Amino acid sequence: MGKFIEKNLSGWAQYPRSTGRVYRPEKLQSIVDILRDREEHSYIGRGMGRSYGDAALNEGGGLILTDRIRRFLSFNSITGIATCEAGMTLGRILQVLVPQGWFLPVTPGTKFVTIAGAVACDVHGKNHHVDGSISNFVLGLDLLLADGRFLSCSREENADLFWATLGGMGLTGMILAVTLSLRRIDSAFIQVDYQRTKDLDETMTLLEDQDKQHTYSVAWVDGLASGRHLGRGVLIHGDHASSQDLSGRQRLAPFNFNHRCSWNVPFQFPDFVLNRLSIGAFNSLYYRRFQGNCSGVIVDYDRFFYPLDSVYKWYRMYGRQGFVQYQCVIPLETSSKALKEILDHLRRDGIPSYLVVLKRFGEETGIISFPKPGYTLAMDIPVAGRQLFSSLKKLDRCVLNNGGRVYLGKDACLSAGSFREMYPRYGEWLDLKQKFDPKNIFSSNLSRRLKISGVQK
Amino acid sequence: MKKVLILGATSSIAKAIADELASQGANLFLAGRNSLELERTARDLEIRHKIEVNFGQVDSKDFVSHASFIKEAIEDLGGIDGVVFAIGHLGEQPQDSHDGETAREIVDINFTSAVTLLSSVANVLEDQEYGFILGLSSVAGDRARQSNYVYGAAKGGLSLYLQGLRNRLDRYGVQVITLKLGFVDTPMTYGKKRLFWVSSPEYVGRLACQTLKKSAGVYYIPCFWRMIMFIIRCVPERIFKKLSL
Repeated sequence: MGKFIEKNLSGWAQYPRSTGRVYRPEKLQSIVDILRDREEHSYIGRGMGRSYGDAALNEGGGLILTDRIRRFLSFNSITGIATCEAGMTLGRILQVLVPQGWFLPVTPGTKFVTIAGAVACDVHGKNHHVDGSISNFVLGLDLLLADGRFLSCSREENADLFWATLGGMGLTGMILAVTLSLRRIDSAFIQVDYQRTKDLDETMTLLEDQDKQHTYSVAWVDGLASGRHLGRGVLIHGDHASSQDLSGRQRLAPFNFNHRCSWNVPFQFPDFVLNRLSIGAFNSLYYRRFQGNCSGVIVDYDRFFYPLDSVYKWYRMYGRQGFVQYQCVIPLETSSKALKEILDHLRRDGIPSYLVVLKRFGEETGIISFPKPGYTLAMDIPVAGRQLFSSLKKLDRCVLNNGGRVYLGKDACLSAGSFREMYPRYGEWLDLKQKFDPKNIFSSNLSRRLKISGVQK
Repeated sequence: MKKVLILGATSSIAKAIADELASQGANLFLAGRNSLELERTARDLEIRHKIEVNFGQVDSKDFVSHASFIKEAIEDLGGIDGVVFAIGHLGEQPQDSHDGETAREIVDINFTSAVTLLSSVANVLEDQEYGFILGLSSVAGDRARQSNYVYGAAKGGLSLYLQGLRNRLDRYGVQVITLKLGFVDTPMTYGKKRLFWVSSPEYVGRLACQTLKKSAGVYYIPCFWRMIMFIIRCVPERIFKKLSL
């Protein structure tokens, strides 16, 4: 083995870019060999490269691709407990297990992520307010540690390693397999209610009122609306449809639906395509679509959870410079004030945002996991000029002052100091990192930026 | 229900072929050296395709064990409809060509093991008068070049061996197929520079299984390699010997 390809890579947002040596093992033994040979200063696992920022980048170091190690290792069709290898994508799990009546317990907005990546980022979904993040459904993990040892961990066995790995950004060891508890479903469809709101207060009130009644809940917010329209948007509530909810043809085959054809963005859009005008026009059109009563709409799970997956390489719309995805969570007490501040910041700095999503979070899990009770705001922002980064610094400050935090799985800019203030349990996590990987063999651009590998506390 | 034995089942091409066959409902027996990998691949195929998959460990260089291994594998499958020979080893070229011992290993794995393993299967298929043999050879076996001629010679030998089997078994209704593969995106080629047109293992797997519906013979994957290799074979030796390929 020992063969690699030197590649200039980025996360999904195309910013930042970094050069590393990419290894692509196909057998478990090959991963062991790579770590034993130690030809790089450090290693980090990389799955589908869908984390937005620099979590799966390792400048001048090794990247271990998991996309060829993606098998089901076991599945119990009575309990719905499945064990899969690291590189198994959520899409592949759905493809195999939805027809048997099982669904992912938690899913992010794309199914093109690996299960190991989902665990490392402790991903959340539209059901966080009731079910929490994916770590609540992870029953066990198989890891390859820096010293070449295989170790299984769960809530009972090696629990410290288990908790440090959930949301641990791949820095505790290579995740080789994940045991996941799935959700029973009656159909592949979701029953959805859409509801327009006129401003931020209404958006938040309605989210609060109706959250508990629905498994899935999220609000799309018009990031360009200002003044009395600030924070207007469309509330989206969904629940898994039972077969009674379906029409005749769907009821006969509740797990079948026509998969949409996928589109590819064939080339990078010139930078001028996405601007205030075009994004504003899109936002207005989207807002206007949901006039009147839009409740009880039946859509398949692809349309509901993964609208962007049908457009391959959609990051190309953001042009050569890419974009950043900024996601933060603000505790309930300060959220109303903070969200207004953030939206105001964006507007004043002239930062157009194509896609702003607001959602309520439930309980906190993990040591350095992102979600905690409150409101989370996620937005795509095109990278245009350096002034964006000073604006983002201001946002970080605002989030911090309001007791919030930024999502590491999407982040590209957070400073080490802000990270420590946002994640108060980082010291506990660093002790575990020290215990399982004292030589910092697992390290990434993100971990070095946040100074959580290879430096003193 | 088809019952297929896959030799060298842990390679990515073999896994892709196994996946295709499994999706058509075939029951499989996976044979290879690494039993941990075999077991994991077997479980995966069972879960995704709801078929029966068994596996067994075989060392391609332990020739004396081959006949009994094949016998046991066929018993385990409860009969046999076909065999896929996907064992292959490139070695570290060109260094390995210079050392007699490593060069022999390349020949042993790519060629000799095919002879010892497939001859036992061939006898069974001949007796029952049906079945198929799908052998994975390489375009490298069509004309040897200095950069990997030991591998090329072994694959060339494999192609000839399969040709002989085809001639012998055709009258018994046994379909022998030689696949000559171009570059495939596997650990064998990963990280190598200046490769021409690299196919994915899944593509090769799909095409390989399509050839089973065609008549016995030689197939190139992708098919344009037939043309390229025809031209390369046409180059007169007095010119070819001076080329550095």
